[in-house]
Amino acid sequence: MTGALRRPVTASLLGLAVLAACAWLSLVVGSRGLATGEVLGAAAAVLTGTGTGSATEGIVQARLDRTFIGVVVGVAVALSGAAMQWLTRNPLADPGILGVNAGASLAVVLGLQFTALTSVGGYVWLALLGGIVAAVVVYAVASLGPSGPQPLTLALAGAALSAGVVSVIAGVLVSNRGALDTFRFWQVGSIAGRPADLVAGVAPLLVVSLAVVLLSGPVLNATALGDDLERALGQRVLLARGAVALGAVGLAAAAVALAGPIGFVGLVVPHLVRLVTGPDHRRILLGSALVGPVLILLTDTLGRVVTPPSEVQVGIMTAVLGAPALILLVRRSAVLR
Amino acid sequence: MTIHTHTGTVAAPQLAPAAPSAVAVAVLRQAGRARRRRTAYVIGTLGLAWLAAFVVRVLLGDYTITVPDFWRIVTGTEIPGASFILMESTLPRAVVGTLAGLALGASGATFQTMARNPLASPDVLGITMGASAAAVFTLVVLGGSSGAVTVAALLGAGAVALALVTLSGTGPGGAPYRMILVGVALAAMLASVVHWVLLQADVYLAHEAMVWLTGTLSSATWPEIWRLGVVVAFTLPALLLVARQLQVVELGDDLAQGLGEPPAHVRTRAVALVVVLTAVTTSVCGPIAFVAFLAGQIARQLLGGRSSVAAAALVGAVVVVAADHVAAYAVPDVNLPVGVVTGVLGAPVLLWLLAAGRTTRQESS
Repeated sequence: MTGALRRPVTASLLGLAVLAACAWLSLVVGSRGLATGEVLGAAAAVLTGTGTGSATEGIVQARLDRTFIGVVVGVAVALSGAAMQWLTRNPLADPGILGVNAGASLAVVLGLQFTALTSVGGYVWLALLGGIVAAVVVYAVASLGPSGPQPLTLALAGAALSAGVVSVIAGVLVSNRGALDTFRFWQVGSIAGRPADLVAGVAPLLVVSLAVVLLSGPVLNATALGDDLERALGQRVLLARGAVALGAVGLAAAAVALAGPIGFVGLVVPHLVRLVTGPDHRRILLGSALVGPVLILLTDTLGRVVTPPSEVQVGIMTAVLGAPALILLVRRSAVLR
Repeated sequence: MTIHTHTGTVAAPQLAPAAPSAVAVAVLRQAGRARRRRTAYVIGTLGLAWLAAFVVRVLLGDYTITVPDFWRIVTGTEIPGASFILMESTLPRAVVGTLAGLALGASGATFQTMARNPLASPDVLGITMGASAAAVFTLVVLGGSSGAVTVAALLGAGAVALALVTLSGTGPGGAPYRMILVGVALAAMLASVVHWVLLQADVYLAHEAMVWLTGTLSSATWPEIWRLGVVVAFTLPALLLVARQLQVVELGDDLAQGLGEPPAHVRTRAVALVVVLTAVTTSVCGPIAFVAFLAGQIARQLLGGRSSVAAAALVGAVVVVAADHVAAYAVPDVNLPVGVVTGVLGAPVLLWLLAAGRTTRQESS
């Protein structure tokens, strides 16, 4: 079984099949269950623009948007996590743990408070800026330490930055009830109720970052051999690393702008994928791009059924399910005594 | 005064060959005396600093109250305007700030000493988060009373402490990094539970919960303050006693034999007291960010690298009362929760500690 899974084509096809199944579940399951025929009919009507505006079509439209955004966010978050784990040679790296989500959130809150920006297309660049600043601060703080950027110092610097950012956000929100009402729904991380055209706003950032990270496999394979070899290969590798770092932060920021901060997916997915693919980074990237959306869609669908008739947002589901995974990694990690 | 704590222990062996025991003992004794003198001096100064912060918090602000007026109001005279501001706003906030600061500072220093790591304070480890998640859930979803919230906070904090010890696979004495990262993970999980609870409330209740979750002194009522006062009055002295035993325990298991009880018992008692102090404080004023973490660190700097739970408690009181004054008057027309100020102050300190590599150094007792 694992032998077959290691063959890239078989594994990719299987991954695509699982993803399709999850997308189907995401269309069918919900507080109002729909039969297969109903979903197919309504989806065809919605997609071809011949809808009659019935209730079923409304539900299917919402679920289609939600599934689409879930796939986009899943790909972005998982690839971002995979690239970050590599760049920092750190099994505990993830846009949430490294503080990138917090930085992007702060930028969005400040944007809501102090500027006239209201569209996602407007504040995605703010989110990117906030994410970059946070990533630079966290990496710089961890690198200044005596033993360089260790997994522990990176994780703690990220946690410290996030805690400080939460305080600033709270300071803004307690004096602005309107912003609080918007923000509390945004901060949990949710792919529901977001129209699919939001993706158009972040598309430029998303596409460029995606291309940079996906094409980086060979570079990352080379740098995995260590700093010495990296230095021997010269300046171009350093440049490439910088570009990949920007791409990883860009993906995280785009995901945050679309769905709010969704934690732990970027952490868990590359570890799951590595179990199957082994250490080749190109395969890990490809696998993460498939498993990320699967995980997002599955947890989102699960969130719809755990507390009927209300829903638990996907960001909460991933945190509740992902934290035990982090604890497991910490317990297994030999680096941390 | 030429002999300080560190030079004293270094100087002793150098002098020892010249005149064996007598001089060495004298030097050590002098060093010990100097250390005690410094501790007394620091604690005295901190007491004065707290008094100054308390007086400023109570009497100054948007509305200045004179000292004679203060005594007349406290002894029962009604002065229109001033009475209300003093009894309903500034005095309760200063009192609850003092109590919370004492409790959090002592808790933080105890954990930091026990784990020999400055990061191991109840707030970084997620114990405070456990208390607040349980409290918010009880308040918003179950609609519990203030007593029920306190019980829930105790249960939440206790559950996280238990989970920390179980999941990190060692007691508070060992494997601090693993314990800290497990704490960070638990805190992240609980934070998302809190976010979910915030979504269940209407916007006014959510706003109230948000203020409380940031850590605020303004929502405390006199009965709650009395409850916190009683808990601190009983628990804090007990914690100070346990902290003395703890210092012996940290010297090693051989010396700890002299205590007449297993080190594990001392540690368990210390954890239990910290959980009670943290949880009750959190149930009254919410999780005030970083105070437990900061107080122990500041006290250590003041004492030249040694830890003292009493000094840390006083630092906590000074920090919370002063930060509350800043929070109340820093931004015109906005009464910020105190946790905003402590959080904004605390995060850079923690980042600096990480950058300076202080977190990897073992603590000397």
